[in-house]
Amino acid sequence: MSKIAISCDEPSLDAQVDPRFGRAAGFLIVDPDTMTFTYQENGQAQAMARGAGIQAAETIIRAGARAVLTGYVGPKAFQALSAGGVQIVQDLANLTVRQAVERYKAGDIALAQEPNSQAHGGGGRPGAGMGGGGRGGGGGRWR
Amino acid sequence: MKIAVASGKGGTGKTTVAASLIHVWPDPVAAMDLDVEAPNLHLFLHPEEIGRCRAFMEIPEPDESRCTFCRKCSDICQFAAVKVLGEVLMVFPEMCHGCGGCLAVCPEGALRPGKRELGEIIWGTAGAAPFIMGRSRIGEAMSPPLMRQVKAHLSRIAPPQIDLIIDAPPGVSCPAVNAVMDADVIVLVTEPTPFGAFDLGLAFKAFAPLGKPMGVVVNRAGIGEDAVYRLCERQKIAVLAEIPYDRAIAEAYAEGRVVADAVPAVRGIVEALARQLQAMDRPAPKEVLHG
Repeated sequence: MSKIAISCDEPSLDAQVDPRFGRAAGFLIVDPDTMTFTYQENGQAQAMARGAGIQAAETIIRAGARAVLTGYVGPKAFQALSAGGVQIVQDLANLTVRQAVERYKAGDIALAQEPNSQAHGGGGRPGAGMGGGGRGGGGGRWR
Repeated sequence: MKIAVASGKGGTGKTTVAASLIHVWPDPVAAMDLDVEAPNLHLFLHPEEIGRCRAFMEIPEPDESRCTFCRKCSDICQFAAVKVLGEVLMVFPEMCHGCGGCLAVCPEGALRPGKRELGEIIWGTAGAAPFIMGRSRIGEAMSPPLMRQVKAHLSRIAPPQIDLIIDAPPGVSCPAVNAVMDADVIVLVTEPTPFGAFDLGLAFKAFAPLGKPMGVVVNRAGIGEDAVYRLCERQKIAVLAEIPYDRAIAEAYAEGRVVADAVPAVRGIVEALARQLQAMDRPAPKEVLHG
């Protein structure tokens, strides 16, 4: 079986699965046959204002993972992981890393077909003007 | 001179003040709405449209057949807009800031110049004033690239020697800084509430490093409390005008009228504001650099 990445915040099989994919503290890269692992920090992605999910996807692909077990995956991360041929398993945040891997090995999981989190990051408007009539069209003859 | 009307908090009356200043400005003046995410100055100035064009930014387009997966493109990109994922070269167009770095470093010609639509630029005249605005494409996350193009386009519709009043976006992040960075004077519109005072403090901090003269307009004066006044005193930033909290102003606003035109008392206030702003820009003998 090829290597799996699990989002978590410490290098231990007993760590809790980190619900965040893109902004996870790091990933345990586990060989499911031997249960040996390495820990991959995700600081580079965490430091980004936007694009953390894409960055995290690159990180685990370069670490050789062919599947990821995590909580929530956003649309761009999903796209990046899919392009890299990585299987995605979501909604595992209430498990430990070990439990998640055992479930995966037993086939007791569903591969995600679509992202389960909305796009975020990037800030957004701090407070709209009172007018705002132009937003989304509807500005009289100017639209 | 160029005046940017900005604020920390949204909904304090930037557009009310900008439209009124344009209305009473004693010299030839152009109007520019740089709140491209939600432009609304046109709703008050009712300009006649002369033209519009779509604005684009250069972004990379992948040609996977030529990619050797060397990662030079993804190494130079600070925004995760281009990635090598296994044996796939992938571009995330909405992440791209348009710097062109990846196009420059790719040794294989595997990235070619493509484009992303940013929105549109619309121009015309509001009375005697040249008018220009940008409007972001729905879904576009970045304002500054479009704002830069709106600013560049201004030179085609307004003579360089006339004054300019800019309606800036709210907040203190990149779009707001981009809107005020070329101004000679920054007018910050606030309201006498705790929220108004807090965000005004953020605006002082964000814009002070630009080293431009700043002044405050307190809108809806008479409501709330005095924290904004104390803040201005502490920061030694003048309160240039106070616009009262008045039903007649709200009614004029709701009807899409320029408040300085519709409410005589406000006209006087804004005329006095215009005189003070002109005085703030009058260069002291040593700093003729402004011109």
